[in-house]
Amino acid sequence: MALPRFTRLGSGPIAESKPAPPDPTGPLIEAIAEPLLVLDGYHISHANQAARALLGEHIVGDYVRLALRHPAAAPLLSGDEDGPIALNGLGGHDRLWELSAGTIAPGKRLLRLTDRSAQRAADQMRVDFVANASHELRTPLASLIGFIETLEDANGPEDADTRLRFLSIMDGEARRMQRLIDDLMSLSRIEADRYFPPKDRIDLAPVLREVADEFATRRDGQRLALGNIGLGKAVVIGDRGQLHQLIHNIISNAFKYGREGSPVVATLKVAKGFARLSVADEGDGIAPEHLPRLTERFFRADPGRSRAIGGTGLGLAIVKHIVERHKGRLDIASTLGVGTTVMVELPLTPS
Amino acid sequence: MATSGHTVKAFDEDLGELRAMVAEMGGLAEAAIDGAVQALTRRDAEAAARIVQHDKRIDELEAEVERRVVRLIALRAPLADDLREVIAALKIAGVIERIGDYAKNIAKRVPLLQDMRGIEPLAILPAMARAASEMVHDVLNAFAARDPEGALEVSIRDREVDDLYDSLFRALLTYMMENPGNIGASTHLLFIAKNLERIGDHATNAAEMIYYAATGEQMPERPRGADALAPAA
Repeated sequence: MALPRFTRLGSGPIAESKPAPPDPTGPLIEAIAEPLLVLDGYHISHANQAARALLGEHIVGDYVRLALRHPAAAPLLSGDEDGPIALNGLGGHDRLWELSAGTIAPGKRLLRLTDRSAQRAADQMRVDFVANASHELRTPLASLIGFIETLEDANGPEDADTRLRFLSIMDGEARRMQRLIDDLMSLSRIEADRYFPPKDRIDLAPVLREVADEFATRRDGQRLALGNIGLGKAVVIGDRGQLHQLIHNIISNAFKYGREGSPVVATLKVAKGFARLSVADEGDGIAPEHLPRLTERFFRADPGRSRAIGGTGLGLAIVKHIVERHKGRLDIASTLGVGTTVMVELPLTPS
Repeated sequence: MATSGHTVKAFDEDLGELRAMVAEMGGLAEAAIDGAVQALTRRDAEAAARIVQHDKRIDELEAEVERRVVRLIALRAPLADDLREVIAALKIAGVIERIGDYAKNIAKRVPLLQDMRGIEPLAILPAMARAASEMVHDVLNAFAARDPEGALEVSIRDREVDDLYDSLFRALLTYMMENPGNIGASTHLLFIAKNLERIGDHATNAAEMIYYAATGEQMPERPRGADALAPAA
Protein backbone atom coordinates (compact mmCIF):
# COMPACT_ATOMS: atom_id res chain seq x y z
CA MET A 1 0.00 0.00 0.00
CA ALA A 2 1.38 3.40 -0.95
CA LEU A 3 2.01 5.46 2.13
CA PRO A 4 0.47 8.89 2.53
CA ARG A 5 3.50 11.12 2.86
CA PHE A 6 1.51 14.18 3.86
CA THR A 7 -1.06 14.34 6.52
CA ARG A 8 -4.27 15.82 5.18
CA LEU A 9 -6.20 15.69 8.40
CA GLY A 10 -7.79 18.98 9.27
CA SER A 11 -6.76 20.67 6.05
CA GLY A 12 -9.68 22.99 5.34
CA PRO A 13 -10.20 25.40 2.45
CA ILE A 14 -7.77 27.93 3.91
CA ALA A 15 -4.94 25.45 4.37
CA GLU A 16 -5.52 24.37 0.77
CA SER A 17 -3.59 27.41 -0.47
CA LYS A 18 -0.30 26.48 1.19
CA PRO A 19 0.88 22.84 1.18
CA ALA A 20 0.82 20.96 4.49
CA PRO A 21 4.29 20.69 6.07
CA PRO A 22 5.98 17.32 5.36
CA ASP A 23 5.42 14.70 8.04
CA PRO A 24 8.70 14.52 9.95
CA THR A 25 7.95 11.10 11.49
CA GLY A 26 9.82 9.02 8.88
CA PRO A 27 13.20 10.84 8.94
CA LEU A 28 12.88 11.35 12.70
CA ILE A 29 12.58 7.67 13.64
CA GLU A 30 15.06 6.71 10.93
CA ALA A 31 17.71 8.67 12.83
CA ILE A 32 17.29 6.50 15.93
CA ALA A 33 19.24 3.27 16.16
CA GLU A 34 16.84 1.15 18.17
CA PRO A 35 13.80 -0.41 16.48
CA LEU A 36 10.81 1.97 16.44
CA LEU A 37 7.32 1.55 15.01
CA VAL A 38 4.62 4.15 14.61
CA LEU A 39 1.08 2.80 14.77
CA ASP A 40 -1.95 4.35 13.18
CA GLY A 41 -4.76 2.42 14.81
CA TYR A 42 -3.64 -1.18 14.42
CA HIS A 43 -1.62 -0.57 11.26
CA ILE A 44 2.07 0.17 11.14
CA SER A 45 2.40 3.55 9.46
CA HIS A 46 6.17 3.95 9.90
CA ALA A 47 9.01 1.64 10.83
CA ASN A 48 12.66 2.63 11.00
CA GLN A 49 15.56 0.70 9.49
CA ALA A 50 16.29 -1.20 12.72
CA ALA A 51 12.65 -2.29 13.04
CA ARG A 52 12.50 -3.42 9.41
CA ALA A 53 15.71 -5.39 9.84
CA LEU A 54 14.26 -7.11 12.92
CA LEU A 55 10.69 -7.73 11.75
CA GLY A 56 10.97 -7.78 7.94
CA GLU A 57 10.93 -5.22 5.13
CA HIS A 58 7.23 -5.84 4.48
CA ILE A 59 5.85 -4.59 7.78
CA VAL A 60 4.96 -1.00 6.85
CA GLY A 61 1.22 -0.94 6.11
CA ASP A 62 0.64 -4.35 7.68
CA TYR A 63 -1.38 -5.05 10.77
CA VAL A 64 0.88 -4.76 13.78
CA ARG A 65 -0.30 -8.18 14.99
CA LEU A 66 1.17 -9.69 11.83
CA ALA A 67 4.59 -8.23 12.57
CA LEU A 68 4.56 -8.79 16.34
CA ARG A 69 2.70 -12.03 16.93
CA HIS A 70 4.08 -12.68 20.40
CA PRO A 71 1.15 -13.37 22.78
CA ALA A 72 2.74 -11.33 25.57
CA ALA A 73 2.55 -8.26 23.33
CA ALA A 74 -1.23 -8.49 22.89
CA PRO A 75 -2.37 -6.21 25.76
CA LEU A 76 0.15 -3.59 24.68
CA LEU A 77 -0.80 -3.74 21.00
CA SER A 78 -4.49 -3.43 21.78
CA GLY A 79 -3.70 -0.23 23.67
CA ASP A 80 -4.59 -1.50 27.14
CA GLU A 81 -1.06 -1.17 28.46
CA ASP A 82 2.10 0.77 27.77
CA GLY A 83 4.60 -1.82 28.98
CA PRO A 84 7.40 -2.50 29.22
CA ILE A 85 6.79 -6.13 28.26
CA ALA A 86 9.48 -8.75 27.75
CA LEU A 87 9.37 -10.46 24.34
CA ASN A 88 11.19 -13.73 24.03
CA GLY A 89 12.70 -15.08 20.84
CA LEU A 90 12.19 -12.10 18.54
CA GLY A 91 14.80 -12.14 15.74
CA GLY A 92 16.50 -15.24 17.08
CA HIS A 93 15.78 -17.95 19.57
CA ASP A 94 17.94 -16.66 22.42
CA ARG A 95 17.13 -13.01 22.06
CA LEU A 96 15.13 -11.00 24.50
CA TRP A 97 13.52 -7.66 23.74
CA GLU A 98 11.62 -5.19 25.81
CA LEU A 99 8.60 -3.58 24.18
CA SER A 100 7.12 -0.34 25.41
CA ALA A 101 4.55 2.04 23.96
CA GLY A 102 3.73 5.71 24.19
CA THR A 103 0.86 7.72 22.75
CA ILE A 104 1.73 10.43 20.19
CA ALA A 105 -1.78 11.54 19.28
CA PRO A 106 -5.22 9.97 19.61
CA GLY A 107 -5.01 6.68 17.70
CA LYS A 108 -1.29 7.13 17.03
CA ARG A 109 1.27 5.33 19.14
CA LEU A 110 5.00 4.82 19.15
CA LEU A 111 6.37 1.36 19.92
CA ARG A 112 9.93 0.99 21.08
CA LEU A 113 11.97 -2.21 21.22
CA THR A 114 15.04 -2.44 23.44
CA ASP A 115 17.53 -5.28 23.11
CA ARG A 116 18.04 -7.18 26.38
CA SER A 117 19.77 -10.21 24.83
CA ALA A 118 23.16 -9.62 26.41
CA GLN A 119 21.62 -9.45 29.86
CA ARG A 120 19.66 -12.62 29.17
CA ALA A 121 22.77 -14.42 27.87
CA ALA A 122 24.59 -13.56 31.08
CA ASP A 123 21.75 -14.94 33.19
CA GLN A 124 21.57 -18.11 31.12
CA MET A 125 25.35 -18.57 31.39
CA ARG A 126 25.12 -18.50 35.15
CA VAL A 127 22.40 -21.14 35.24
CA ASP A 128 24.21 -23.42 32.81
CA PHE A 129 27.51 -22.99 34.54
CA VAL A 130 26.15 -24.03 37.90
CA ALA A 131 24.33 -27.01 36.42
CA ASN A 132 27.13 -28.47 34.31
CA ALA A 133 30.37 -27.25 35.76
CA SER A 134 29.62 -28.34 39.29
CA HIS A 135 29.09 -31.86 38.03
CA GLU A 136 32.23 -31.84 35.90
CA LEU A 137 34.37 -30.41 38.69
CA ARG A 138 33.10 -32.83 41.30
CA THR A 139 34.67 -35.90 39.66
CA PRO A 140 38.33 -34.83 39.79
CA LEU A 141 37.75 -33.19 43.15
CA ALA A 142 36.35 -36.39 44.63
CA SER A 143 39.42 -38.23 43.43
CA LEU A 144 41.75 -35.56 44.88
CA ILE A 145 40.05 -35.77 48.27
CA GLY A 146 40.24 -39.55 48.18
CA PHE A 147 43.97 -39.52 47.62
CA ILE A 148 44.57 -36.85 50.24
CA GLU A 149 42.65 -38.91 52.81
CA THR A 150 44.59 -42.04 51.89
CA LEU A 151 47.89 -40.19 52.23
CA GLU A 152 46.86 -38.96 55.66
CA ASP A 153 45.69 -42.32 56.92
CA ALA A 154 48.15 -44.93 55.87
CA ASN A 155 51.76 -45.87 55.46
CA GLY A 156 53.38 -43.14 57.53
CA PRO A 157 56.16 -40.81 56.39
CA GLU A 158 58.43 -43.55 55.03
CA ASP A 159 56.39 -44.68 52.06
CA ALA A 160 57.86 -42.26 49.52
CA ASP A 161 56.96 -44.45 46.53
CA THR A 162 53.24 -44.45 47.23
CA ARG A 163 53.36 -40.79 48.08
CA LEU A 164 54.98 -39.91 44.77
CA ARG A 165 52.59 -42.08 42.81
CA PHE A 166 49.59 -40.52 44.54
CA LEU A 167 50.98 -37.02 44.09
CA SER A 168 51.38 -37.59 40.37
CA ILE A 169 47.76 -38.73 40.07
CA MET A 170 46.67 -35.73 42.12
CA ASP A 171 48.69 -33.50 39.85
CA GLY A 172 46.89 -34.94 36.82
CA GLU A 173 43.47 -34.43 38.38
CA ALA A 174 44.26 -30.89 39.45
CA ARG A 175 45.45 -30.06 35.92
CA ARG A 176 42.27 -31.53 34.49
CA MET A 177 40.28 -29.19 36.69
CA GLN A 178 42.44 -26.32 35.56
CA ARG A 179 41.89 -27.13 31.87
CA LEU A 180 38.18 -27.33 32.50
CA ILE A 181 38.13 -23.97 34.21
CA ASP A 182 40.25 -22.41 31.44
CA ASP A 183 37.85 -23.72 28.82
CA LEU A 184 34.83 -22.55 30.78
CA MET A 185 36.30 -19.10 31.12
CA SER A 186 37.08 -18.75 27.44
CA LEU A 187 33.62 -20.03 26.59
CA SER A 188 32.03 -17.43 28.82
CA ARG A 189 34.19 -14.69 27.30
CA ILE A 190 33.12 -15.70 23.79
CA GLU A 191 29.48 -15.86 24.83
CA ALA A 192 29.62 -12.45 26.44
CA ASP A 193 30.85 -11.02 23.10
CA ARG A 194 28.25 -12.89 21.13
CA TYR A 195 26.31 -9.91 19.85
CA PHE A 196 29.36 -7.66 19.35
CA PRO A 197 30.81 -8.55 15.97
CA PRO A 198 34.63 -8.62 15.64
CA LYS A 199 36.30 -5.83 13.67
CA ASP A 200 39.92 -6.75 12.74
CA ARG A 201 41.03 -7.99 9.35
CA ILE A 202 42.71 -11.34 9.89
CA ASP A 203 44.59 -13.44 7.34
CA LEU A 204 43.82 -17.04 8.25
CA ALA A 205 46.91 -18.53 6.58
CA PRO A 206 49.51 -17.31 9.11
CA VAL A 207 47.18 -18.21 11.99
CA LEU A 208 46.89 -21.75 10.66
CA ARG A 209 50.68 -21.98 10.29
CA GLU A 210 51.16 -20.73 13.82
CA VAL A 211 48.82 -23.40 15.18
CA ALA A 212 50.48 -26.03 13.00
CA ASP A 213 53.86 -25.17 14.55
CA GLU A 214 52.43 -25.87 18.00
CA PHE A 215 51.60 -29.38 16.86
CA ALA A 216 54.91 -29.91 15.04
CA THR A 217 56.68 -31.61 17.93
CA ARG A 218 54.58 -34.68 18.61
CA ARG A 219 56.12 -37.96 19.57
CA ASP A 220 53.42 -40.50 18.74
CA GLY A 221 54.01 -40.58 15.01
CA GLN A 222 50.96 -38.51 14.10
CA ARG A 223 51.78 -35.61 11.88
CA LEU A 224 49.98 -32.63 10.45
CA ALA A 225 49.87 -32.17 6.70
CA LEU A 226 49.12 -28.64 5.52
CA GLY A 227 47.53 -28.04 2.14
CA ASN A 228 48.68 -25.15 -0.06
CA ILE A 229 47.81 -21.83 1.43
CA GLY A 230 48.44 -18.51 -0.24
CA LEU A 231 49.05 -15.50 1.97
CA GLY A 232 46.59 -12.65 1.79
CA LYS A 233 43.75 -14.65 0.22
CA ALA A 234 41.75 -15.97 3.14
CA VAL A 235 41.21 -12.64 4.88
CA VAL A 236 38.21 -12.46 7.19
CA ILE A 237 36.84 -10.01 9.72
CA GLY A 238 37.62 -11.63 13.01
CA ASP A 239 39.15 -11.82 16.43
CA ARG A 240 42.67 -13.17 16.12
CA GLY A 241 42.80 -14.84 19.53
CA GLN A 242 39.48 -16.57 18.96
CA LEU A 243 40.37 -17.73 15.45
CA HIS A 244 43.61 -19.15 16.81
CA GLN A 245 41.66 -21.00 19.47
CA LEU A 246 39.16 -22.25 16.88
CA ILE A 247 41.86 -23.75 14.67
CA HIS A 248 43.74 -25.09 17.68
CA ASN A 249 40.67 -26.88 19.05
CA ILE A 250 39.78 -28.48 15.72
CA ILE A 251 43.31 -29.70 15.02
CA SER A 252 43.79 -30.89 18.58
CA ASN A 253 40.56 -32.91 18.32
CA ALA A 254 41.77 -34.45 15.08
CA PHE A 255 44.97 -35.53 16.82
CA LYS A 256 43.06 -36.88 19.81
CA TYR A 257 40.68 -38.99 17.78
CA GLY A 258 42.92 -39.87 14.83
CA ARG A 259 44.57 -43.31 14.78
CA GLU A 260 48.13 -43.55 15.96
CA GLY A 261 50.53 -42.87 13.12
CA SER A 262 47.86 -41.50 10.80
CA PRO A 263 48.12 -38.03 9.31
CA VAL A 264 45.85 -35.08 10.07
CA VAL A 265 45.22 -33.00 6.96
CA ALA A 266 44.38 -29.32 7.26
CA THR A 267 43.46 -27.35 4.16
CA LEU A 268 42.48 -23.73 3.68
CA LYS A 269 40.61 -22.70 0.54
CA VAL A 270 38.76 -19.70 -0.75
CA ALA A 271 35.49 -20.14 -2.63
CA LYS A 272 32.30 -18.14 -3.27
CA GLY A 273 33.04 -15.42 -0.76
CA PHE A 274 33.99 -17.84 1.99
CA ALA A 275 37.26 -19.00 3.48
CA ARG A 276 36.93 -22.72 4.06
CA LEU A 277 39.13 -24.52 6.56
CA SER A 278 38.80 -28.27 6.69
CA VAL A 279 40.62 -30.63 9.02
CA ALA A 280 40.42 -34.36 8.34
CA ASP A 281 41.62 -37.20 10.52
CA GLU A 282 41.81 -40.93 9.97
CA GLY A 283 40.26 -42.47 13.03
CA ASP A 284 37.24 -44.41 14.26
CA GLY A 285 34.80 -41.72 13.20
CA ILE A 286 31.61 -40.64 14.97
CA ALA A 287 28.29 -42.48 14.84
CA PRO A 288 25.62 -40.52 12.92
CA GLU A 289 23.29 -40.32 15.92
CA HIS A 290 25.96 -38.40 17.85
CA LEU A 291 26.69 -35.85 15.10
CA PRO A 292 23.84 -33.42 15.86
CA ARG A 293 24.88 -33.20 19.50
CA LEU A 294 28.65 -32.76 19.23
CA THR A 295 28.64 -29.04 19.88
CA GLU A 296 26.62 -29.33 23.07
CA ARG A 297 28.53 -28.46 26.20
CA PHE A 298 29.86 -31.50 28.01
CA PHE A 299 28.44 -33.86 25.40
CA ARG A 300 30.76 -36.76 24.74
CA ALA A 301 30.21 -39.48 22.15
CA ASP A 302 32.38 -41.77 24.29
CA PRO A 303 32.69 -40.33 27.82
CA GLY A 304 35.39 -42.72 29.07
CA ARG A 305 37.65 -42.16 26.11
CA SER A 306 37.22 -38.40 26.06
CA ARG A 307 38.17 -38.09 29.74
CA ALA A 308 41.10 -40.47 29.33
CA ILE A 309 42.71 -38.26 26.67
CA GLY A 310 42.13 -35.12 28.68
CA GLY A 311 39.04 -33.73 26.94
CA THR A 312 36.94 -31.23 28.84
CA GLY A 313 33.81 -31.72 26.72
CA LEU A 314 33.93 -28.04 25.78
CA GLY A 315 36.26 -27.93 22.76
CA LEU A 316 33.60 -28.07 20.05
CA ALA A 317 31.20 -25.90 22.04
CA ILE A 318 33.89 -23.22 21.98
CA VAL A 319 34.41 -23.79 18.24
CA LYS A 320 30.69 -23.43 17.58
CA HIS A 321 30.43 -20.20 19.51
CA ILE A 322 33.44 -18.69 17.77
CA VAL A 323 32.02 -19.66 14.37
CA GLU A 324 28.65 -18.15 15.30
CA ARG A 325 30.22 -14.92 16.42
CA HIS A 326 32.08 -14.71 13.09
CA LYS A 327 28.83 -15.42 11.21
CA GLY A 328 30.30 -18.57 9.74
CA ARG A 329 29.17 -22.15 9.36
CA LEU A 330 30.39 -25.33 11.03
CA ASP A 331 29.92 -28.72 9.42
CA ILE A 332 31.09 -32.09 10.71
CA ALA A 333 31.08 -35.12 8.43
CA SER A 334 32.14 -38.52 9.65
CA THR A 335 32.25 -42.12 8.45
CA LEU A 336 32.60 -44.86 11.04
CA GLY A 337 35.95 -46.57 10.74
CA VAL A 338 37.24 -44.06 8.19
CA GLY A 339 37.53 -40.73 9.95
CA THR A 340 36.05 -37.33 10.56
CA THR A 341 36.26 -34.07 8.64
CA VAL A 342 35.47 -30.81 10.38
CA MET A 343 34.79 -27.90 8.07
CA VAL A 344 34.51 -24.26 9.01
CA GLU A 345 33.41 -21.57 6.56
CA LEU A 346 33.93 -17.92 7.41
CA PRO A 347 32.78 -15.02 5.22
CA LEU A 348 35.67 -13.22 3.48
CA THR A 349 36.10 -9.50 3.96
CA PRO A 350 34.66 -7.57 1.05
CA SER A 351 37.81 -6.26 -0.66
CA MET B 1 -2.59 -8.31 -2.30
CA ALA B 2 -2.26 -5.44 0.07
CA THR B 3 0.68 -3.99 -1.85
CA SER B 4 -1.29 -3.42 -5.04
CA GLY B 5 -4.54 -2.44 -3.36
CA HIS B 6 -8.04 -3.47 -4.42
CA THR B 7 -10.85 -1.41 -5.73
CA VAL B 8 -12.87 -2.76 -2.86
CA LYS B 9 -10.76 -1.48 0.03
CA ALA B 10 -12.71 -3.66 2.44
CA PHE B 11 -11.15 -6.76 0.92
CA ASP B 12 -7.66 -5.58 1.86
CA GLU B 13 -8.92 -4.85 5.35
CA ASP B 14 -10.53 -8.28 5.69
CA LEU B 15 -7.48 -10.07 4.34
CA GLY B 16 -5.16 -8.07 6.61
CA GLU B 17 -7.23 -8.91 9.65
CA LEU B 18 -7.32 -12.56 8.63
CA ARG B 19 -3.55 -12.71 8.25
CA ALA B 20 -3.04 -10.90 11.55
CA MET B 21 -5.28 -13.45 13.23
CA VAL B 22 -3.31 -16.36 11.78
CA ALA B 23 -0.10 -14.67 12.95
CA GLU B 24 -1.59 -14.30 16.43
CA MET B 25 -2.41 -18.02 16.47
CA GLY B 26 1.15 -18.71 15.36
CA GLY B 27 2.57 -16.57 18.13
CA LEU B 28 0.49 -18.47 20.68
CA ALA B 29 1.57 -21.83 19.26
CA GLU B 30 5.25 -20.82 19.29
CA ALA B 31 4.99 -19.72 22.91
CA ALA B 32 3.19 -22.97 23.75
CA ILE B 33 6.00 -25.13 22.31
CA ASP B 34 8.73 -23.22 24.12
CA GLY B 35 6.71 -23.06 27.31
CA ALA B 36 5.82 -26.77 27.28
CA VAL B 37 9.42 -27.88 26.89
CA GLN B 38 10.58 -25.40 29.50
CA ALA B 39 7.92 -26.68 31.91
CA LEU B 40 9.15 -30.19 31.17
CA THR B 41 12.81 -29.49 31.89
CA ARG B 42 11.91 -27.46 34.98
CA ARG B 43 9.27 -29.99 36.06
CA ASP B 44 6.88 -27.11 36.53
CA ALA B 45 3.39 -28.62 36.59
CA GLU B 46 1.71 -25.24 37.13
CA ALA B 47 3.24 -23.73 34.02
CA ALA B 48 2.21 -26.86 32.12
CA ALA B 49 -1.38 -26.46 33.31
CA ARG B 50 -1.39 -22.86 32.07
CA ILE B 51 -0.25 -23.99 28.62
CA VAL B 52 -3.06 -26.56 28.44
CA GLN B 53 -5.45 -23.77 29.41
CA HIS B 54 -4.11 -21.33 26.79
CA ASP B 55 -4.62 -23.84 23.99
CA LYS B 56 -8.32 -22.97 24.13
CA ARG B 57 -7.48 -19.53 22.79
CA ILE B 58 -5.79 -21.07 19.72
CA ASP B 59 -8.88 -23.19 19.10
CA GLU B 60 -11.14 -20.14 19.40
CA LEU B 61 -9.02 -18.22 16.94
CA GLU B 62 -9.09 -21.10 14.48
CA ALA B 63 -12.90 -21.16 14.60
CA GLU B 64 -12.93 -17.40 14.07
CA VAL B 65 -10.52 -17.65 11.10
CA GLU B 66 -12.73 -20.31 9.56
CA ARG B 67 -15.85 -18.21 10.03
CA ARG B 68 -14.20 -15.18 8.44
CA VAL B 69 -12.80 -17.13 5.50
CA VAL B 70 -16.23 -18.49 4.67
CA ARG B 71 -17.72 -15.01 4.90
CA LEU B 72 -14.89 -13.49 2.85
CA ILE B 73 -15.30 -16.03 0.05
CA ALA B 74 -19.07 -15.65 0.06
CA LEU B 75 -19.08 -11.85 0.06
CA ARG B 76 -16.05 -10.95 -2.05
CA ALA B 77 -15.56 -14.00 -4.26
CA PRO B 78 -11.77 -13.56 -4.45
CA LEU B 79 -9.89 -14.93 -7.47
CA ALA B 80 -6.35 -16.05 -8.38
CA ASP B 81 -3.69 -15.00 -5.85
CA ASP B 82 -6.34 -13.52 -3.55
CA LEU B 83 -8.17 -16.83 -3.42
CA ARG B 84 -4.91 -18.74 -2.91
CA GLU B 85 -4.02 -16.45 -0.05
CA VAL B 86 -7.39 -16.84 1.67
CA ILE B 87 -7.30 -20.62 1.30
CA ALA B 88 -3.69 -20.72 2.53
CA ALA B 89 -4.65 -18.70 5.61
CA LEU B 90 -7.43 -21.19 6.34
CA LYS B 91 -5.19 -24.21 5.91
CA ILE B 92 -2.31 -22.70 7.86
CA ALA B 93 -4.70 -21.89 10.70
CA GLY B 94 -5.61 -25.59 10.76
CA VAL B 95 -1.94 -26.59 10.82
CA ILE B 96 -1.17 -24.16 13.64
CA GLU B 97 -4.09 -25.52 15.62
CA ARG B 98 -2.53 -29.00 15.32
CA ILE B 99 0.86 -27.61 16.39
CA GLY B 100 -0.85 -26.08 19.43
CA ASP B 101 -2.37 -29.48 20.23
CA TYR B 102 1.03 -31.14 20.11
CA ALA B 103 2.43 -28.52 22.48
CA LYS B 104 -0.55 -29.09 24.77
CA ASN B 105 0.09 -32.81 24.60
CA ILE B 106 3.68 -32.26 25.72
CA ALA B 107 2.51 -30.05 28.59
CA LYS B 108 0.01 -32.71 29.70
CA ARG B 109 2.83 -35.18 30.25
CA VAL B 110 4.75 -32.86 32.57
CA PRO B 111 2.92 -33.95 35.77
CA LEU B 112 3.53 -37.60 34.82
CA LEU B 113 7.27 -36.98 34.64
CA GLN B 114 7.72 -35.26 37.97
CA ASP B 115 10.32 -37.71 39.25
CA MET B 116 12.37 -38.24 36.12
CA ARG B 117 15.41 -36.40 37.43
CA GLY B 118 18.61 -37.50 35.78
CA ILE B 119 17.31 -39.12 32.61
CA GLU B 120 20.33 -38.52 30.43
CA PRO B 121 18.61 -38.53 26.99
CA LEU B 122 16.47 -35.67 28.27
CA ALA B 123 19.32 -33.37 27.30
CA ILE B 124 18.47 -33.86 23.59
CA LEU B 125 14.86 -32.73 23.99
CA PRO B 126 15.52 -28.99 24.42
CA ALA B 127 17.75 -29.04 21.33
CA MET B 128 15.03 -30.80 19.39
CA ALA B 129 12.32 -28.49 20.73
CA ARG B 130 14.45 -25.57 19.74
CA ALA B 131 14.93 -26.86 16.20
CA ALA B 132 11.18 -27.49 15.86
CA SER B 133 10.11 -24.16 17.32
CA GLU B 134 12.63 -22.32 15.14
CA MET B 135 11.00 -23.95 12.11
CA VAL B 136 7.59 -22.74 13.30
CA HIS B 137 9.04 -19.30 13.98
CA ASP B 138 10.64 -19.02 10.54
CA VAL B 139 7.61 -20.38 8.72
CA LEU B 140 5.45 -17.73 10.42
CA ASN B 141 7.96 -15.08 9.38
CA ALA B 142 7.73 -16.38 5.82
CA PHE B 143 3.94 -16.19 6.11
CA ALA B 144 4.03 -12.60 7.33
CA ALA B 145 6.46 -11.63 4.54
CA ARG B 146 4.80 -13.79 1.83
CA ASP B 147 8.31 -15.09 1.23
CA PRO B 148 8.50 -18.31 -0.85
CA GLU B 149 12.30 -18.57 -0.44
CA GLY B 150 12.02 -18.46 3.33
CA ALA B 151 9.32 -21.14 3.18
CA LEU B 152 11.53 -23.35 1.03
CA GLU B 153 14.36 -23.02 3.52
CA VAL B 154 12.12 -24.10 6.39
CA SER B 155 11.02 -27.24 4.56
CA ILE B 156 14.66 -28.24 4.03
CA ARG B 157 15.38 -27.86 7.74
CA ASP B 158 12.87 -30.58 8.62
CA ARG B 159 15.73 -33.05 8.19
CA GLU B 160 17.46 -31.61 11.26
CA VAL B 161 14.45 -32.33 13.49
CA ASP B 162 14.13 -35.83 12.04
CA ASP B 163 17.82 -36.52 12.73
CA LEU B 164 17.45 -35.38 16.32
CA TYR B 165 14.40 -37.60 16.66
CA ASP B 166 16.38 -40.62 15.45
CA SER B 167 19.18 -39.73 17.84
CA LEU B 168 16.81 -39.43 20.79
CA PHE B 169 14.99 -42.62 19.81
CA ARG B 170 18.20 -44.63 19.96
CA ALA B 171 19.33 -43.01 23.19
CA LEU B 172 15.99 -43.77 24.87
CA LEU B 173 15.98 -47.33 23.60
CA THR B 174 19.39 -47.96 25.14
CA TYR B 175 18.27 -46.29 28.30
CA MET B 176 15.20 -48.52 28.59
CA MET B 177 17.24 -51.66 27.97
CA GLU B 178 19.71 -50.71 30.68
CA ASN B 179 17.03 -50.40 33.32
CA PRO B 180 13.44 -51.56 32.81
CA GLY B 181 12.45 -49.24 35.66
CA ASN B 182 12.97 -46.36 33.22
CA ILE B 183 10.51 -47.65 30.64
CA GLY B 184 7.54 -45.62 31.88
CA ALA B 185 9.28 -42.26 31.87
CA SER B 186 11.21 -43.04 28.69
CA THR B 187 8.04 -43.89 26.80
CA HIS B 188 6.55 -40.55 27.76
CA LEU B 189 9.70 -38.84 26.52
CA LEU B 190 9.48 -40.79 23.29
CA PHE B 191 5.92 -39.56 22.72
CA ILE B 192 7.06 -36.04 23.46
CA ALA B 193 9.86 -36.39 20.91
CA LYS B 194 7.34 -37.73 18.40
CA ASN B 195 5.15 -34.70 19.02
CA LEU B 196 8.09 -32.40 18.34
CA GLU B 197 8.88 -34.32 15.19
CA ARG B 198 5.27 -33.89 14.04
CA ILE B 199 5.49 -30.17 14.79
CA GLY B 200 8.42 -30.02 12.37
CA ASP B 201 6.36 -31.86 9.74
CA HIS B 202 3.45 -29.48 10.18
CA ALA B 203 5.74 -26.48 9.86
CA THR B 204 6.83 -28.01 6.55
CA ASN B 205 3.18 -28.33 5.49
CA ALA B 206 2.61 -24.68 6.29
CA ALA B 207 5.75 -23.80 4.31
CA GLU B 208 4.35 -25.62 1.27
CA MET B 209 1.11 -23.64 1.50
CA ILE B 210 2.95 -20.35 1.82
CA TYR B 211 5.04 -21.22 -1.22
CA TYR B 212 1.90 -22.10 -3.19
CA ALA B 213 0.05 -18.97 -2.11
CA ALA B 214 2.98 -16.74 -3.07
CA THR B 215 3.98 -18.35 -6.37
CA GLY B 216 0.94 -20.30 -7.57
CA GLU B 217 3.16 -23.34 -8.01
CA GLN B 218 3.73 -26.39 -5.86
CA MET B 219 6.93 -26.41 -3.86
CA PRO B 220 9.65 -28.39 -5.68
CA GLU B 221 10.19 -31.89 -4.30
CA ARG B 222 13.06 -31.87 -1.86
CA PRO B 223 15.63 -34.60 -1.42
CA ARG B 224 14.62 -36.87 1.41
CA GLY B 225 16.74 -38.85 3.83
CA ALA B 226 17.11 -42.60 3.90
CA ASP B 227 13.63 -44.08 3.62
CA ALA B 228 13.23 -47.62 4.88
CA LEU B 229 10.22 -48.14 2.62
CA ALA B 230 11.81 -46.76 -0.54
CA PRO B 231 12.14 -49.41 -3.27
CA ALA B 232 15.73 -50.62 -3.52
CA ALA B 233 17.48 -48.99 -6.45
